[in-house]
Amino acid sequence: MDITFDHVSYTYQPNSPFEHHALKDLSFQFSSGSFVAVIGHTGSGKSTLIQHLNGLVQPTEGAVSIGSYHLQAGKKNKKLRELREKVGVVFQYPEHQLFEETVEKDIAFGPSNFGVGEEDIKQRTKEAISAVHLSEDMLQRSPFDLSGGQMRRVAIAGVLAMDPDVLVLDEPTAGLDPRGQKEIMDMFARLHKQKQLTTVLVTHSMEDALNYADHVIILKDGEVYKEGAPLEIFKEKEALQSVQLDVPEVIEFLGEVERTLDEKISYQGQSIAELAKELAQVVKGGRDHE
Amino acid sequence: MENSKIEFRNVSFRYQEDMPWVLKNVSFTISADEWVAIIGHNGSGKSTIAKLMNGLLFPQEGEIYVNGQKVSRETIWDVREKVGMVFQNPDNQFVGTTVRDDVAFGMENHGMPRELMLERIETSLAAVGMQGYEEQEPHRLSGGQKQRVAIASVLAVSPKYIILDEATAMLDPKGRKEILKTVLEVQEQRNLCLVTITHDLLEVTQADRVMVMNEGEVWLEASPREVFSKQEQLQEIGLDTPFITKLADELKAAGISLTREPLNHQELLEELWTLRSTM
Amino acid sequence: MSSSMMIGQYIPAGSFIHKLDPRTKIAIIFFFVVIVFFANSVMSYGLLTLFAVGSAFATKIRVRYILKGLKPVWFLIAFTFLLHLFVTREGEVIATVFGWELYREALIQGSTISLRFFLLIMVTSLLTLTTTPIEITDAIEQLLGPFKRFRFPAHELALMMSISLRFIPTLMQETEKISKAQASRGVDFRTGSFKDRIKAVIPLLVPLFVSAFKRAEELAMAMEARGYKGGEGRTKLRELHIGWKDYVVYGLFILLMAGLFLTRN
Repeated sequence: MDITFDHVSYTYQPNSPFEHHALKDLSFQFSSGSFVAVIGHTGSGKSTLIQHLNGLVQPTEGAVSIGSYHLQAGKKNKKLRELREKVGVVFQYPEHQLFEETVEKDIAFGPSNFGVGEEDIKQRTKEAISAVHLSEDMLQRSPFDLSGGQMRRVAIAGVLAMDPDVLVLDEPTAGLDPRGQKEIMDMFARLHKQKQLTTVLVTHSMEDALNYADHVIILKDGEVYKEGAPLEIFKEKEALQSVQLDVPEVIEFLGEVERTLDEKISYQGQSIAELAKELAQVVKGGRDHE
Repeated sequence: MENSKIEFRNVSFRYQEDMPWVLKNVSFTISADEWVAIIGHNGSGKSTIAKLMNGLLFPQEGEIYVNGQKVSRETIWDVREKVGMVFQNPDNQFVGTTVRDDVAFGMENHGMPRELMLERIETSLAAVGMQGYEEQEPHRLSGGQKQRVAIASVLAVSPKYIILDEATAMLDPKGRKEILKTVLEVQEQRNLCLVTITHDLLEVTQADRVMVMNEGEVWLEASPREVFSKQEQLQEIGLDTPFITKLADELKAAGISLTREPLNHQELLEELWTLRSTM
Repeated sequence: MSSSMMIGQYIPAGSFIHKLDPRTKIAIIFFFVVIVFFANSVMSYGLLTLFAVGSAFATKIRVRYILKGLKPVWFLIAFTFLLHLFVTREGEVIATVFGWELYREALIQGSTISLRFFLLIMVTSLLTLTTTPIEITDAIEQLLGPFKRFRFPAHELALMMSISLRFIPTLMQETEKISKAQASRGVDFRTGSFKDRIKAVIPLLVPLFVSAFKRAEELAMAMEARGYKGGEGRTKLRELHIGWKDYVVYGLFILLMAGLFLTRN
């Protein structure tokens, strides 16, 4: 689904001493099927932004469109339920939302709230559990007997079972070990392609933004600070550093190569092995200077 | 002091009789002025080590000595004054209703006089860069700030050893950097022993020594350089290596012979620069 | 965002009543509650009202906030008054409205009892308006201290109160977070039948309890690691101090009591 923010502002507790402008005149759009990374420090407005995507909050000013759904300041949307079925949100530490006696019931919770038929739910539950790489034997276990990483996968399966068109991920790998982080991100990348989802990823990891996203939005104090393709955005090292954000390590390193060895290797998503080959040529002096 | 070290002698531990051993016959020594990083995937027993060090758990077999004193139910109060701990979740270790109260909590427990508390609150908050936040309530602080308060609380009791049990795992990169910087400064100023249990590879490369845990055993105890030179074996036990290590390995595969395992960008670049000028 | 969250009704205004030792405030309120029942003349009630209203002004808190705090009890006060008008049948009839007779005693008793009620609530609410919850906790620990010898857990009680105070905002943030997560999974907390709404609470309560228990466990471990071993041998950073302001207040209160006994019938 296409997503458009049109001059969206959001203010917490307006006209009170605690008034706080979380989003200020935010405008951007991306088309169906994009993988968008939203980056910014704590307090930059990221979590307020994603709450607009399934109508958990309404813009104080401006309008948000998600496919054919519209959220407009001051107007009540009567189709919130439908919208929430179409937009699945994986919150930070999603394992905290588990509550059912069995994994199966917890995964089925979302779809049954949206009135999906029983047979259909069974099918979806199976698909979802295998999508998150857990075995079907787990379905009858209590989610509270699982390890932290497994609980997170169950919670994600619960969102996938809603069969959403848009998947919103709020730091889905926070607190996992590096291996778990990579597994989860690879899983989302695969689902994104397979199910032709529109994915919005909130992350602190520049590497994830570089590796998985095709569009990056950097927020600062509730405003869009930078926006564009990852490779373009990460070229602007100074601009990023001035808001205390890093560039991905590989780009940082290639910049240093250019400075010390005076050789430019531009990054176009090469693997480490490919980079090593290019670098080896530089060192051996056999690199063509066309 | 001669006995300034933490010693594990043939320590085995399990949570319950019918459960598998979490630690199996583990022995090692950590001396009072070094920084040791303990790594290992989840369930490798690394957090259990931390809890054994200050008597939150007791081993079924073997002994643990802190500065020559055996850790037992009788000595835990002494031990806990020497070994301070910072845990993973910033919220669940903040006891006081304000920053000042939280820093005081440990000192109150150890029965320190009030005048000393006031002085130490000031100096330890200054050491972690949190002066001016004395009256703040925890829910108005960021995760990184809460962790700095947690470190200040530990410092206030003036321990010899500080254990950070995945203390940066729940923080954003900015908070993580802040904590690491804080801890390093403090370690240098106060000459402390630092034990960090972590997944953060950058942190590991900076430590003096690394202990790799796997399935309840000490799999390897070596310098960071040595540890990361065993890339393949590390991956087999589920551990990642830094970007620069991976790149160095691929460079070797591409026929570039490096004289030593690089730990950071600069080391690799210097070596490449030298190589190019000699080729 | 819960930046507006306020526990209790504390309103900082920096008045001298705010700065009194919380023990003084609790003691004065205790005795005030007792002496209110000794008043029995217009003059004596006048004195007590003067004291209560005077204290309220001395807090420098705006009248509207003070009255707002009394909101839930206005109804009770009015109800007490009306009840007396209808139930009490003593003294002479002073008015007849549509056959219903208003007795003199009914009016007097109704007024005095509602006035007492009002005075009690007002004075106690001044305590919570001018004293932070943690100060009240400290005061309670100190005041109950002497009962420790009868194995009364004064320290534990105070610690429990202060940890609860510390975690209320955290748990409120958590509630908000979980309810948003469940709303995203299609739970509707706002509409539906009573039964549906009760059902909607379960997905909120279970995770909250699970998390609260986990927090409690981790907190206990962190406290132990920091050397907590009960109240024995513990020193305290927070100190309560009885100063000249407190003595002035005690003095005034003694004058009030003297005045009260002089103006009684």
